[in-house]
Amino acid sequence: MANVTPVKAAEDVGAKFYADTAKIHPRKVKGTFRTIKWWAVALMMAAWHLVPFLRWDRGIGAPSQAILADMTGRRGYFFGIEIWPQEIYYLTGLLFLAAVALFLMSALAGRIWCGFLCWQTVYTDLFVWVERRIIGDRNARIFFDRQPMSGAKILKILAVNAVWLVIAAACGIAFVLYFDDAFVALREIFTLEASAAQYAAIAVVGGFCYLLAGYAREQVCIYMCPYSRFQAAMFDEHSLIISYEAWRGEPRGPARLKQSFDGRGHCVDCRACIQACPTGIDIRDGNQLACIGCGLCIDACDTVMRRFKLPTGLISYDSTVNIEAHERGETGKFKVIRPRTLIYGGIMAIVCVVMMYSLSTRPSTEVNILHERSPLYSQMRDGSIRNGYTYKILNMIRKDRRFTLAVEGVEGAKLEILDEDGGPLAVTPDTVGTFRAYVSAPYNAINAKMVPLIFVLTDVETGLSVRTPSIFMGPDK
Amino acid sequence: MASIEKDHVSGQMTTGHEWDGIKELNTPLPRWWVYVFWATVIWAIAYWVAYPSWPTISDYSRGMFGWSSRGTLENDLADQKKSRSAWVSKLDGATLDEIVADKALFNYAMVGGKVAFNENCAACHGAGGVGAKGAYPNLTDDVWLWGGTLGDIQQTIAHGVRNDDPMSRNSQMPKFGADGILTADQIGAVADYVMSLNAKAPAAGTPGEAVFAENCVVCHGEGGVGNKDVGAPPLNTPIRTFTSGRDGVVAQATNPKHGSMPSWGQRLDATTIKMLTVYVHSLGGGQ
Repeated sequence: MANVTPVKAAEDVGAKFYADTAKIHPRKVKGTFRTIKWWAVALMMAAWHLVPFLRWDRGIGAPSQAILADMTGRRGYFFGIEIWPQEIYYLTGLLFLAAVALFLMSALAGRIWCGFLCWQTVYTDLFVWVERRIIGDRNARIFFDRQPMSGAKILKILAVNAVWLVIAAACGIAFVLYFDDAFVALREIFTLEASAAQYAAIAVVGGFCYLLAGYAREQVCIYMCPYSRFQAAMFDEHSLIISYEAWRGEPRGPARLKQSFDGRGHCVDCRACIQACPTGIDIRDGNQLACIGCGLCIDACDTVMRRFKLPTGLISYDSTVNIEAHERGETGKFKVIRPRTLIYGGIMAIVCVVMMYSLSTRPSTEVNILHERSPLYSQMRDGSIRNGYTYKILNMIRKDRRFTLAVEGVEGAKLEILDEDGGPLAVTPDTVGTFRAYVSAPYNAINAKMVPLIFVLTDVETGLSVRTPSIFMGPDK
Repeated sequence: MASIEKDHVSGQMTTGHEWDGIKELNTPLPRWWVYVFWATVIWAIAYWVAYPSWPTISDYSRGMFGWSSRGTLENDLADQKKSRSAWVSKLDGATLDEIVADKALFNYAMVGGKVAFNENCAACHGAGGVGAKGAYPNLTDDVWLWGGTLGDIQQTIAHGVRNDDPMSRNSQMPKFGADGILTADQIGAVADYVMSLNAKAPAAGTPGEAVFAENCVVCHGEGGVGNKDVGAPPLNTPIRTFTSGRDGVVAQATNPKHGSMPSWGQRLDATTIKMLTVYVHSLGGGQ
């Protein structure tokens, strides 16, 4: 019989199954990547908040907003392009393009999206900046957190949260401006005339902005975001990533200024890289899921290296291949053309060409024909056979249009349109004209249960025709 | 035998659990994640309180908000009725011709008429007014027993055919064969004549023509053109409500079938009948 020794479970001996979240207080750094990051924040914020105010003249009766998703009118506007609900594949194409662009970006230069452009990063950066302005830098904030609650502390917490809420509300408001005329919607929001749906959207988008950038921060990147989980699939040994050049840094150890670095690594173990990191990781452990690729550790390390008069780039933005080359004493080379980048680039080019082609050949008129199913046909008093159709004309431009309609393919077929005086069919701008059409043909002209019939729609003004095939049904002879 | 120890490969601690030498790494879940779980539990409990959720023996818990899907439907119906009232009063004030002439009113009547048709009429006349061979007339052709003008159709819908309504359409075709008015030979002859009318080549000078002139013309008219006042169908067309062909003519003359239709004025309001009239008139055969 086996001798079983009872083992204490992890909880019983102090190990935790749930990790308490330690608040990360990134230290302020100066350097190339920090500058790029500020520009990225400025660019993204300006784009997000100002784009709804861009105008685009589409003529009278049409919205003049350059980018607008008109849900009630069921139209999407993107500068000169106006799409109808059935053309939603343009949006699919755009999203697909964005996804492949993200892949290409990652394959070339790592997680630039995560580090510089993602909303989570941009807003977190901004929110940390607010904390820094009101409470102070890293050490001041750590000290502030440890302080017992006091009037002054509460006041500062309130101030920080108030500024956060203002930024978050602006984020939510900007969101709804993409769905309505921006100027009108903005006025209505502040005069309490906007709809409940608009306020709800502001509350949801703004609320999550506040929660995610104010409190969740790196937890979003590490635990919620799917992209951090699969980004490694886009990397190869030539992709630029944030890397610690261990060959040069190790063995690490504290150092005094002006000491000799012979026989030891250049890493002085000052932990500046960890303190600067917005996700609180140690990059010296190697590339990892939590690294968003923002490069702030590079700025932090370079500052220290300069103080020690050592070459910068101990933490570098470089590829695995290059770091190995550096170790051998060679200079690295950035290889752009690789199967991976060619494939991603190729897919992007193909999708772009397909979308451009489809956009440039987008018809101004579309026709939908529904052949009546009950009855499939009617026999009339004089023996002739008549079929009913619902004929829809989609006038996809902003002009009053007039059309003539004719049928071809069945001998002796006569067309009659219900409730029309026989003149051209009028369709108002940007609408669907629905007509009830009856086509009659002599009994002897129909030799099969079903024969093809073609509707020819001609624009009276331009003379351009749309030929749409349909069917004509008759008795089983 | 296992204890909590550091795993050398991953650098993580183990949980202290071991199965056949396989140890489990301890990867602690962030605590807020657990809080989100508890928050959803609390949300669920709040939902029970706020909304109907628990069945009881003969009823269910109603919830604080008193919400019910039936209530939502009733509100929706009330809203719909309100939004319709403007159209209804317009329809009430307009004649059938005015409705057909006004594009917006016509479209409204067509949609309303279609809905009413599918609910009330399609059971016999079929979807889209296709009719049922041998039983109910097709409404999409241009043969009308009782007239195909807007006024005729409205009258037929409102009062029906051969029912208790004093204003209903009424007529009775004699049982020429069953009651011995005509002999089988005479009926055969007149059937041949009617078939010649069908073919648009009246067989002049035949015995059938004489029988037709004496017995049928009074209702079905000279040349079998039909008479909507007595519901006598035209005979100079291949279209028949009941059985077609020569045998059909013989059967109908011997022991005729008659259709009937309820008086819809007793069941539907005048506005609905107006919309139905416009819809049926548009099905293809309206005159």
